[in-house]
Amino acid sequence: MAKADPQGVLTGAHYIDGDEACAEGAMAAGCRFIAGYPITPSTEVAERMAGRFPTMGGTFIQMEDELASMAAIIGACWGGTKSMTVTSGPGFSLMMENVGLAVMMETPLVVVNVQRGGPSTGLPTMPGQADMMQAKWGSHGDYEIIAVAPNSPQEAFDLTIEAFNLSERFRSPVFVMLDECVGHMTEKVVIPPADRIEVVPRFMYEGPPEKYLPYQVDGGRDGVPISPMLHAGMGARFHTTGLTHDHRGYPVMTPECHEQLLSRLVGKIRDHKDEIVHVVETDVEGADVVVLSYGISTRVAYGAVADAKRKGLKVGHVEMKIVWPLPETRILEIAAKVKGLVMVEMNLGQVVREVQRLVSGRCKVLLAGHYGGTVHDPKKVLSKIEEAAR
Amino acid sequence: MSDTVTKAPERLAEPIRAEDLPHPMEKWLRMDRIPHIWCPTCGLGTVVTALVEGIKEAQIEPDRLAVVSGIGCTGRVAGYMKFDSFHTTHGRALPFATGLRLSNPKMKVVVVSGDGDIFGIGGNHFIHAARRNMDLTVICVNNFIYAMTGGQVAPTTPGPANTSTTPFGAFEPPFNLPYLAESCGAVYVARWTSLDVRRMSHSIAKALLKPGFSLVEIIAPCSTLYARRNRLGSGLDLLKFYQQNAIIQNGAKTADVGIDFQRPFIVGEFVDAERPTWEELMRKQMKSVLGEKFIPHEGGECSSCE
Ligand SMILES: Cc1ncc(C[n+]2csc(CCOP(=O)(O)OP(=O)(O)O)c2C)c(N)n1
Ligand code: SF4
Ligand SMILES: [Mg+2]
Repeated sequence: MAKADPQGVLTGAHYIDGDEACAEGAMAAGCRFIAGYPITPSTEVAERMAGRFPTMGGTFIQMEDELASMAAIIGACWGGTKSMTVTSGPGFSLMMENVGLAVMMETPLVVVNVQRGGPSTGLPTMPGQADMMQAKWGSHGDYEIIAVAPNSPQEAFDLTIEAFNLSERFRSPVFVMLDECVGHMTEKVVIPPADRIEVVPRFMYEGPPEKYLPYQVDGGRDGVPISPMLHAGMGARFHTTGLTHDHRGYPVMTPECHEQLLSRLVGKIRDHKDEIVHVVETDVEGADVVVLSYGISTRVAYGAVADAKRKGLKVGHVEMKIVWPLPETRILEIAAKVKGLVMVEMNLGQVVREVQRLVSGRCKVLLAGHYGGTVHDPKKVLSKIEEAAR
Repeated sequence: MSDTVTKAPERLAEPIRAEDLPHPMEKWLRMDRIPHIWCPTCGLGTVVTALVEGIKEAQIEPDRLAVVSGIGCTGRVAGYMKFDSFHTTHGRALPFATGLRLSNPKMKVVVVSGDGDIFGIGGNHFIHAARRNMDLTVICVNNFIYAMTGGQVAPTTPGPANTSTTPFGAFEPPFNLPYLAESCGAVYVARWTSLDVRRMSHSIAKALLKPGFSLVEIIAPCSTLYARRNRLGSGLDLLKFYQQNAIIQNGAKTADVGIDFQRPFIVGEFVDAERPTWEELMRKQMKSVLGEKFIPHEGGECSSCE
């Protein structure tokens, strides 16, 4: 771990919204390139960085669309700069092909999606959490992805830094799945001094550049099977491609090479899923029902859990800060002991299905879903908790 | 930088075998990827040669140049060039290159891709990169067709050429690429056929050294699909046609250089203009408002600024 570059860290207590806090998190994590395209409710992230970047050596460019924004940040990363883009549903859809390119090229970068109601143009100024499956599976082909989901401006700051750190640790794109509520909610955000912010440095190759093979994994780093990087201009004259490739980065069109590559790409995240867990648990031991939630739905769940406790129910709460990969081991441990799990999410059933698939009938798994546009009515969450307790 | 010097073999008595000689371009090509996938008589091989010659002529350090391609037969160029090279997604080479360049302004970034890639699916990126005068050089290989996918109509196909998706003849009006580039703001625009290796490499050198957005369009026959479907003879016949029908007219008005099906057409250097680049404009603006507080991107000043 290294410490944050003080130039990007606005140490102090601030009264800012989730979008602005996300921008501050990115800058604190060392992001110095952002390409974006305006879309409500995410634009404030880019606006904040456009205003702050010129005095810290960062570059902002407003691209012609989100396809371009996503492509540009991959290029910028290979140029040697920590990079990010930010969007909402329609733009997220446009980014998907190049998300796959980032996965295939193993490009560490961050994509922020401030979710709004969908499908299509949907509810531009109102919240949703219905892009969660798109975050997991939105680009074609098999891959694993990492996604964090903040429930407050403070978490938007903290988890954006975590997202950058995970992207470097796993050499992978990482999503910050905000939503309109958190994005536009103004609260106190405390930004620590730079020397108290841990930043995962890029895994860099240290041998002679002419010997560099961009996808040669020799032991990886900290148990993660990734190869060290070099950037353009460092003398390696390397090649990288979205095609299935070997350790040299050269295309190899064989099932064997494909299997070898994919097993590593998927495995580097799947095999470390127990280390990528970030949950906050309350009263899980001895509970009959455990509520699972992420993002803004966590804030609604607080109320419903409190109401259920007042009614004498034994309820625990698991707030997921990282949704993908799912905290599978922990969920299974809990499922073995409770009557039911209640998943609170602002969609008509997305993450809950992964939980159901995982739990496979060991206990009840109920959805407290919601169409979006507003947050849930906590009473509806409460009734699901009661149903699970029966 | 000097050309690779071919040493005389020590045992002069024995005949010189070609395979014992170093390949004249091995310093610039990924020899471990040769043979390439392109068809015999495809124009792409000469484009690669011209690109290498252009880079040599411009005396650009190989470590300071990146090649970015999209997808297609032309999109494979990046994979054969011994530079930092990126084979990206269909149509997105330009925004990828934009990010690369802005993140690492010491690099010269050249985009090599096909007509369908840059002007079909990637057309929006082209017009904006030209408008911004982003410091990039685009080499577009125009073979009038989507070759890699089997010869479908492209936004450059002159009617009434036959393609696999216009079996009764193409009828949409094609783009005039130099005219489009100039009107969007490109500062250097030239067109040659793949036969004009020397003029082509000279233009590539000029484009690389010119700060700002440049386009070199290369008319390069797709012998396998375009020629065969349109009964234009062998790849060699097609080259002969271009030799006889390409009229050199430097400084021609780009509005007049559209290409019709199997008719004489104009090649040459069409645009060589001065306009500040995106990076120059950005720095000027930031300095004028922020003064000393402005901190340029790490990597410092751009390669084309003094
Ligand atoms: C998003 C997407 N759509 C379609 C394709 C399929 N595709 C691959 S190459 C190509 C056309 C390439 O034509 P051009 O750019 O002219 O290159 P050429 O092969 O002629 O050199 C297409 C449509 C793709 N790879 N990605
Ligand atoms: S299909 Fe056409 S463009 Fe592609 S390699 Fe063959 S001749 Fe060249
Ligand atoms: Mg083509």
